[in-house]
Amino acid sequence: MTHITTQTTSSPLSPTTLLSTTHSGASASPLVGQSAVSSHDAPNEARAKNFLKDNIASREAAATKTKKFSVSNLNFYYGQFHALKNISMDITSHEITAFIGPSGCGKSTFLKTLNRMNDLEEGARVEGSLYLDGLDIYHDINPIDLRHRVGMVFQQPNPFPKSIYDNVAFGPRLQGITKRSELDDIVETSLRNASIWNEVKDRLHKSALGLSGGQQQRLCIARTLATKPEVILMDEPTSALDPIATAKIEELVMTLKDRYTIVIVTHNMQQAARISDKTAFFFLGDLIEYDVTNIMFTNPAHAQTEAYITGRFG
Amino acid sequence: MTNPSGTNSHRRKALTVNHMMTAFFYGMSVTTLALLLAIIGYLFWLGLKDFSPALLSFSPKGIGNQLFNTIYLVVLALCISVPIGIGTGIYMAEYAKPGRLQTTMRISIETLSSLPSIVVGLFGYLVFIILTGSQWNLLAGALTVSILTLPLIATITEDALRALPPGYAKGSYGMGATKWQTITNVLLPAAFPSILTGIVLAAGRVFGEAAALMFTAGMSTDINWNSSNLLSPTNPFNPMRPGETLALHIWASRTEALNAYAAAMANMSALCLLLLVLAVSIGARYLHRYLSRTMLGATK
Repeated sequence: MTHITTQTTSSPLSPTTLLSTTHSGASASPLVGQSAVSSHDAPNEARAKNFLKDNIASREAAATKTKKFSVSNLNFYYGQFHALKNISMDITSHEITAFIGPSGCGKSTFLKTLNRMNDLEEGARVEGSLYLDGLDIYHDINPIDLRHRVGMVFQQPNPFPKSIYDNVAFGPRLQGITKRSELDDIVETSLRNASIWNEVKDRLHKSALGLSGGQQQRLCIARTLATKPEVILMDEPTSALDPIATAKIEELVMTLKDRYTIVIVTHNMQQAARISDKTAFFFLGDLIEYDVTNIMFTNPAHAQTEAYITGRFG
Repeated sequence: MTNPSGTNSHRRKALTVNHMMTAFFYGMSVTTLALLLAIIGYLFWLGLKDFSPALLSFSPKGIGNQLFNTIYLVVLALCISVPIGIGTGIYMAEYAKPGRLQTTMRISIETLSSLPSIVVGLFGYLVFIILTGSQWNLLAGALTVSILTLPLIATITEDALRALPPGYAKGSYGMGATKWQTITNVLLPAAFPSILTGIVLAAGRVFGEAAALMFTAGMSTDINWNSSNLLSPTNPFNPMRPGETLALHIWASRTEALNAYAAAMANMSALCLLLLVLAVSIGARYLHRYLSRTMLGATK
């Protein structure tokens, strides 16, 4: 049993009969996204086998990892607007999970429910359950502690108007660390891990606003690392950056997944394909498909996913 | 486009109007500048015409005491209105939810800021002098002008906080900061240069205030510079003593004073007041630039 789930209700590769026989009444429990493998549709099966040969291993590897987030039947409303519809999915630890989908599909909204940043929005309302390591995010843990564990990097690089050092030391200081030597250590380690140390080590006490956009974004990642989170949420972290800066961030994100669980929202499908282990496709508030990235991009189970990935809409 | 000559004349007209309007706006700004320079020049000429060193002395023949009273009153008034004003501004920007309370607050602040100062002065006289049964004193004056400066500081604080990029607050909350930590560690420092500008504007308002002080701070001053007893009514730092400011002194010298050097004193006071306001606003500009560079690290 993998932790890959989908919301697929009808799919060219997974006849509804399969779903209803093997997962009857499974609306509350996650549906397994291995429809392509177990499909009895002969031509599709052959095609799928070719594509999947290399990916079975990654699925099995995924199965041995623990799930970090477990979401079931999540509904989200902005006032009257039903922004997320009955989302159920698990997010595996120490992987990069990408959320893709056209603008307004709910991918960013869903990302922000994972650290309750949506609490700050006017008229936000959440239904359903959302667990982080077995703790109910909306009941068992307060948002302040949650955000220490689940850090966030935003679309626009948003360093504080402080020195580079103070930006990185911000989180540790919030957590009560005041000893200079300890802070120095954290700042250096975080900047190194965010691969920006060499560029800023001689100007730590200069303003962070003097850095380039790409450097600012890596500084923001360093700032998030300094709070020692378990999960890093990234909301289109490269959409405001040029290709070179984007490449650096992508490289960095891939090095981070050994130590952190990463969830990244992206508009850029090539980016999702390049860096993520699993991809979730959202459309109009629904989670259409969620699977191992290679499978999603080579042999999507759902027609809408394929249409989006091949650029026919969105 | 069937009539090219018509198009040409139309274009020529548009260009003429363009030149005229350019000249017009240059003219307007030159007029403003000229007015300001004329007033400053006139004040300098009047102030220096009958100049004598005695005019600057800390005695009844000079304006030193009034100069001190003015600065002391500004400090007192800011001590009162800065915390309340900044607190109100923070509440309005960060805590108040849109609704009746916020609307009421906003209308109150706007009304407060447009109250005529003589009305505020009489209110201060009633509340801080009559009701408390005290003599004219600097503290009553400071409290009264605080009513005038408070809405200014509150509005500027609110505007400064609202003008910050939303990413600052989001970034701070996203790292697990509480609301209070976000306000004190991120938002207020980032808004500080703008808030400082508001405080300087407020100070300028107090420097020039006369009507609100006439019946509260009083129109006399008697300072014994050797006094070491803070409770003595002649100790310079006793806030419970009457303290005439420069602006009031101008008015008093011009209307009530009977001595021969009253006119010279009024002119000198006006010049001093002008230089004081100029010094504070230039100082604030440099401080603003310095803080923006060092605290916020703006590169431009």
